[in-house]
Amino acid sequence: MEIDQYLGVFIEESKEHLQALNQNLLVLEKQPEDIGVVNEIFRSAHTLKGMSATMGYQDLANLTHQMENVLDAIRNHQIKINPEILDIVFDAVDSLEEMVLDIESGGAGTKEVSELVSQLAAIESGEAPLQSAAAVAEEPISDTSGLILDEFELAVLRESEEKGFQNFYTKVTLREDCMLKAARVYMVFEVLESLGEVVKSNPDVSQLEDEAFDLTFEVLLVTQEPKELIEEKVLKVSEIDAVSIQNFFIDTYKHVQDEGQEEVTASVDKEKVEETTIEKKAQQSNKTIRVNIERLDILMNLFEELVIDRGRLEQIADDVKHPELHETVERMARISGDLQSIVLTMRMVSIDQVFNRFPRMVRQLAKDLGKKIDLQIEGAETELDRTVIDEIGDPLVHLIRNSLDHGVETPEVRRELGKPETGTIKLKAYHSGNHVFIDITDDGAGINRKKVTEKAIKNGLITKEQAAIMNDNQVFSLIMQSGFSTADTISDISGRGVGLDVVRNTIESLGGTITINSEEGKGSIFSIELPLTLSIISVLLVEIQNEKYAVPLSSIIETAIIPKADIMHVHNQAVIDFRGRVVPLVSLKEVFQVPEVKEETDYYSVVIIKKGDKSAGLIVDGFIGQQEIVLKSLGNYLTEIFAISGATILGDGQVALIIDSNALIK
Amino acid sequence: MAEEIVQDVKVIVFQLKNEEYAVPVTQVGSIEKMEHITRVPNTESFIKGVINMRGVVTPIVDLRSRLGLEETPVDENTRIIIVDLDDTSMGLIVDAANDVVDIPVDKIEEAPQVIGAINVDYIDGVVKLEDRLVILLDLRKVLKFHEIEAIKSIES
Repeated sequence: MEIDQYLGVFIEESKEHLQALNQNLLVLEKQPEDIGVVNEIFRSAHTLKGMSATMGYQDLANLTHQMENVLDAIRNHQIKINPEILDIVFDAVDSLEEMVLDIESGGAGTKEVSELVSQLAAIESGEAPLQSAAAVAEEPISDTSGLILDEFELAVLRESEEKGFQNFYTKVTLREDCMLKAARVYMVFEVLESLGEVVKSNPDVSQLEDEAFDLTFEVLLVTQEPKELIEEKVLKVSEIDAVSIQNFFIDTYKHVQDEGQEEVTASVDKEKVEETTIEKKAQQSNKTIRVNIERLDILMNLFEELVIDRGRLEQIADDVKHPELHETVERMARISGDLQSIVLTMRMVSIDQVFNRFPRMVRQLAKDLGKKIDLQIEGAETELDRTVIDEIGDPLVHLIRNSLDHGVETPEVRRELGKPETGTIKLKAYHSGNHVFIDITDDGAGINRKKVTEKAIKNGLITKEQAAIMNDNQVFSLIMQSGFSTADTISDISGRGVGLDVVRNTIESLGGTITINSEEGKGSIFSIELPLTLSIISVLLVEIQNEKYAVPLSSIIETAIIPKADIMHVHNQAVIDFRGRVVPLVSLKEVFQVPEVKEETDYYSVVIIKKGDKSAGLIVDGFIGQQEIVLKSLGNYLTEIFAISGATILGDGQVALIIDSNALIK
Repeated sequence: MAEEIVQDVKVIVFQLKNEEYAVPVTQVGSIEKMEHITRVPNTESFIKGVINMRGVVTPIVDLRSRLGLEETPVDENTRIIIVDLDDTSMGLIVDAANDVVDIPVDKIEEAPQVIGAINVDYIDGVVKLEDRLVILLDLRKVLKFHEIEAIKSIES
């Protein structure tokens, strides 16, 4: 059971390292001379190798090892980077990724890597033939310390020695009354791994987890930190009796020399250890913990139930008019409001999770298409609700592919046009109010208005007359209508029939909007606006005859009461003059065919809603008030109901439908 | 001999107009009294709306209207049978829920084609229990599950 815990950590960390590898390799591709980046890459590869060797994933370790050799040669100026080398390294990272994914899905993480390994070895030997031979020469010899090292581990140690790291043989003794040996071991490992890298342990990790050891265990640590610091830090873990640290030299190891010469034994006053542990732990303990997303989902669900009951309590308190009850309910509402914002922020994830796969994708696509692309990412730290993050990946992929395929021109064309050969695609995310904006900007060809209108007319989407009066934004939004594809030729990258309309639908189903701005010859901007969260929203409850509906506050500009006499008609469409603008009116009673039970009055209550820069007025019979509600779906059975986006449960236990105001604005 | 212990189907018998119908008890989640139903506009006429079933928004179908019978006002016997099909819960409005009975599988007969003259596909069979005639319903077909699924597959 403990191995699972390590496995989880291993997978998480491997992914982080792989991501770092990918990112830094891309940087390296642009700045091949930057040795700092090579060092970064080397470090990631090195850690990954150590981890996978400790966990016993041989293929993974072999491949990283070979990759590391190549990187090392680059670092030491023995090999010059060229695109071919990078391609092979990228391939290697891909294979590593596959293996890690395989491990994650319960596989053994094995993969045929010999070809890649030999390719890497060839690169390495091509320029630096001596390197690898030295690394794998020696036979392991057993040692009084009880550590038996294999060739691979020896190679790691040798290398670290060469690089000026120190190898320490560390012997840790637990106290006799130690209750949770495995836990202490885990803590010691945590400490050691924060200081350096554990190459080998005796007994091995799985035995340590099973507490299949007496009181002592031995660890080989590679680090740059001084001995004393390691000792001090390890002793801070409670229930440790003693730590002894010696320098470990491979030569000494091989010649089985006398072992105790440099032994430093540190027995520290136990009480003191206990004291300092408690104090220091508070300071040292990590500021973050990893929580299973499922638990957060459960928390969210429970909280949703609470919000429903809070609504109910508020209503009861209003009806009863008991001052103390009222006060308590108000307090509770405030507290649960705070709680709500905490629960919601806990579910926030940085959009980097989605963005970080794009550099690789763009690199590959640009290669396939023979284009030169510079992808710039801004605001990757912007946070969004996890539910939104889960959904937004595909639309973004589609839009980026679209920009690459149809937006940015080939280098030849760009040169003719006097643009720099390398096109730029900029991905930018930022917060504003209760929304998150994601802009995808390219400096490509832009959208040809004429081509779009011609095609739209041909496909029967609009008439010639309509085309003439449409503004640019309206024309551009046509390309997101179903059955519209502007590409002259259908390619693999985009334009496979499923067009931008899918993108638009997904974004709108998330309660967001997408707009397009473009200037021909200069490029296009696709702007996506998304709500921060999907599960709890603020709405205005309105009454239509005897039925209650909820209008999301995010789409409301304001409410107004309008005398009947102010209503005018344009082409059979009721409109009002609202703050100098002509706003069309929509009678919700008619749209929703609400049975009439009330008499008409001389005044209309109107909710003015917006969608982009368009607006409309919804005629209702009364405003009930603003409320926080939990969004619920209508389920699989009731889908595609016009102008209804979902439902919610009100304080009185009844269901109210949520109006999809986007559908009501044409 | 084996046949005697062969399966019984446990069904819930309910009343619609003068006839008794049944659905397998395995498909039934609960039986509820009539409560406030929120109308959902612009749907099929037999969908009466949605209710809050312990935090889940559950669609309600008027079975009378679905089976082509005239609708009647709600009285104290009216019940909502909550059924679960493929992870979807929904409620069926019936005149009354009568009882739970075991039906031996071999007593289920095919619906005689002449009855009612119109060919309806949602009848799974009929069972004669002493002096009662119970009609077994295929809920998927009653609720047009296949059509909805078809629509979904076209959309995707």
